[in-house]
Amino acid sequence: MDFINSIVLLLNYIFVPALSYGSQLALGAIFVSLIYGILRFAYFTAGDLMSFGTMFTILFTWYFQSLGISLGVLPTALLAIPFGVIITILYVLAKDKLIFSYYRTKKSPPVMLAMVSIGTMFVTQAIVRIIIGPFDRRFFDGEKFILKANEFKEMTGLNEGLSIKSTQVLTLLVTIIVVSILFWFLNKTKTGKSMRAYSDNEDLALLSGIDPKKVVMITWVIAAILATVGGTLYGLDKSFKPFTYFNNMLPIFAAAIVGGIGNPFGAFLGGYVIAFSEILITYAYKKFFIYILPESLEPDGLLQLLSTDYKFAVSFSILVIVLLFRPSGIFKGKII
Amino acid sequence: MKQYSDVISAYAIMLGLIILVGFFQSWNIALSILCFCLISAVMTMGANIQWGYAGLINFGIMGYTALGGLAAVLVSVPPVKEAWQVGGLQMFVCLLIIASIVFAVRYVLNKYQKTNKRNYIIAFIIISGLIFLRLISGPAIHLIESVNPATTGFLGGMGLPIVFSWIVGAFFAGALAYVIGKIALGLRADYLAIATLLISEIVIAVIKHEDWLARGVKNVIGLKRPVPYEVDLQSTQWFINLVEKFNQGTLNLVNDVLEREQLLKQLVIDGSTVFVKLCYAGLFSIVVIILLIVTQKALYSPWGRMMRAIRDNDEAANAMGKNVVKQHLLIFVLGSAVVGIAGAMMVTYDGLFTPGSYRPMRYTFLIWVMVIVGGSGNNFGAILGGFAVWFLWIEAAPTSLYLINFFTSGLEETNALRIHLVNSIPYFRLLVMGTALLLVMRYRPKGILPEKIKQN
Repeated sequence: MDFINSIVLLLNYIFVPALSYGSQLALGAIFVSLIYGILRFAYFTAGDLMSFGTMFTILFTWYFQSLGISLGVLPTALLAIPFGVIITILYVLAKDKLIFSYYRTKKSPPVMLAMVSIGTMFVTQAIVRIIIGPFDRRFFDGEKFILKANEFKEMTGLNEGLSIKSTQVLTLLVTIIVVSILFWFLNKTKTGKSMRAYSDNEDLALLSGIDPKKVVMITWVIAAILATVGGTLYGLDKSFKPFTYFNNMLPIFAAAIVGGIGNPFGAFLGGYVIAFSEILITYAYKKFFIYILPESLEPDGLLQLLSTDYKFAVSFSILVIVLLFRPSGIFKGKII
Repeated sequence: MKQYSDVISAYAIMLGLIILVGFFQSWNIALSILCFCLISAVMTMGANIQWGYAGLINFGIMGYTALGGLAAVLVSVPPVKEAWQVGGLQMFVCLLIIASIVFAVRYVLNKYQKTNKRNYIIAFIIISGLIFLRLISGPAIHLIESVNPATTGFLGGMGLPIVFSWIVGAFFAGALAYVIGKIALGLRADYLAIATLLISEIVIAVIKHEDWLARGVKNVIGLKRPVPYEVDLQSTQWFINLVEKFNQGTLNLVNDVLEREQLLKQLVIDGSTVFVKLCYAGLFSIVVIILLIVTQKALYSPWGRMMRAIRDNDEAANAMGKNVVKQHLLIFVLGSAVVGIAGAMMVTYDGLFTPGSYRPMRYTFLIWVMVIVGGSGNNFGAILGGFAVWFLWIEAAPTSLYLINFFTSGLEETNALRIHLVNSIPYFRLLVMGTALLLVMRYRPKGILPEKIKQN
């Protein structure tokens, strides 16, 4: 019984939260990785693009709520996501036309483009804060829990409860759907294949008649979709605050590099690597060991490898270690 | 002289703007803008040494600034004797453990071939060292933090004058840069940017949460000043005389003795804050001028030429027998040390150390805007960038308020849109910064004062 209790404990505090946080990071990491592979620069606006998309999703959610439209047990935001996506797509395409295309045709070095993306980061951040303000916003409605801790305890007769929030399941489901469509698109369709060819070898791809404008446009569209979906899921699960989204840029970059930047599948797994290691290393294992060890060996301390304050630091340390020992990432991205 | 005409005119415009603020807002505001401009100029010079001279991207400026600030605390605060008694020895042992881990790893690296076995040995050394560290430091930290936690709860510093911290801050930042440089300098440019950004976040996390070091987010306040205090000045006779002499004209207009005294008192209070800020501005100017002379000499020396050669074509420089890796590391350390000085100066000026306020937007990306806007590779440009961007950062809010009021003057006072816009004024500065950066990068990619290379 104690053994099952300990497993449930880990499921409840580590596995389920890490899985949903990892999915949210993975969506961000995939588009950072795609932009790095195809447009060839580090896109520092990543976190703020997510907050931009989420902001419009929230605005539409509020609009629908004021009209009395809702999805019942599901959050209304799901209905608003497509509208948020459309506005974000228009925004990134306008940005590309006005700003990035100039440097691309001039063949500026990647560092220059990264600097430009810092400029757009400032602007995007300003737009988000001017429109919706810097405060914490919650926009979740519908049924909060699929499985409550108490119900689980009654059901199984265990000491430990397992609670599953509907947003966690939603995150996982949406991520699976979006990512499988994306990988199907990249691997099976002609456009997707041309994108991968462009990413591997630009000159060869141009020689074989691939239209670079189309490739770039599709990349931005995918980035906008992933940013909005990922951002909205994060906002539903936790809450929406522009500053947190900006900070999320850092673990997203860590995930993209750990997975091998320029390699979308690696970035997808990198998101989970980062999320799991953050939570595994900062979790206090005291209760877990109380369950599985005999009473005489019960630990005194919290048995926490690092305090939760160092959550971010963990993912960054992993990044540093990966950069040292395997600079191209776990799943062989572009060689540095 | 002619080649410097654009430099002189740009600086004249900048000084004129600050003087205008003095006339239209107040001299107090103008001088505090000037002080922060000077601090920003030092930071920008540090970043410019790395980016302009050698083409190294360092997005870790926030980390070095914070380390400089930490140095200010550790130098100037008097030591907390009780805390040293209860936990000083253990912390010293921890220091020794860290040193022995480093030496052990170095020994293994030199001794063994590059194999998986070597990696395992290193991992074992580090992990077991960390466990030892936790076992020894854990109780000690608990004891130290429980010594009078409301006011101290940390080890304290050395109790020296705070100006020394400017040098110590440079050493701290330089030491960190050496470690980071060893790890990350081999990476390609944008990887280096991301890696340094993340490492600086780790530095901030450590400073924030290791309370025994500098009280973490509980902040250290009331640091000693290198300049006189306003309260002391207000009761000093020579200062009152000075203010009286300075304001002779205004005082003579008032005939009533009592009224005259009151006016003088007010003038002395105003004058004391201005005087203190002037002192700071003087101290900071000395630092900026010394750094400017040194960097200018370095830029046009054979060493500076070599750095430019490495920046423009490192393979060719390597083929000419220049040790690119070593020079990159050197310049990375030097630039970071300059940023460390700026960090210590800033904490000196503020008189408090607040680790929670170090955010990448303000301390990393804004400094980069300064470097790019000012002109990379040109020291005068870097300083001008620091001045111009900081001025814009501060004055963006009043300006946008004025503009919003102007453009919405057709709307009513209670109009929702107008109120919303007025409430979000602080964020217009981000918009202004972003637009300025984008415009400069598009239409003047080398900055306001571009790099000039003297040809003999």
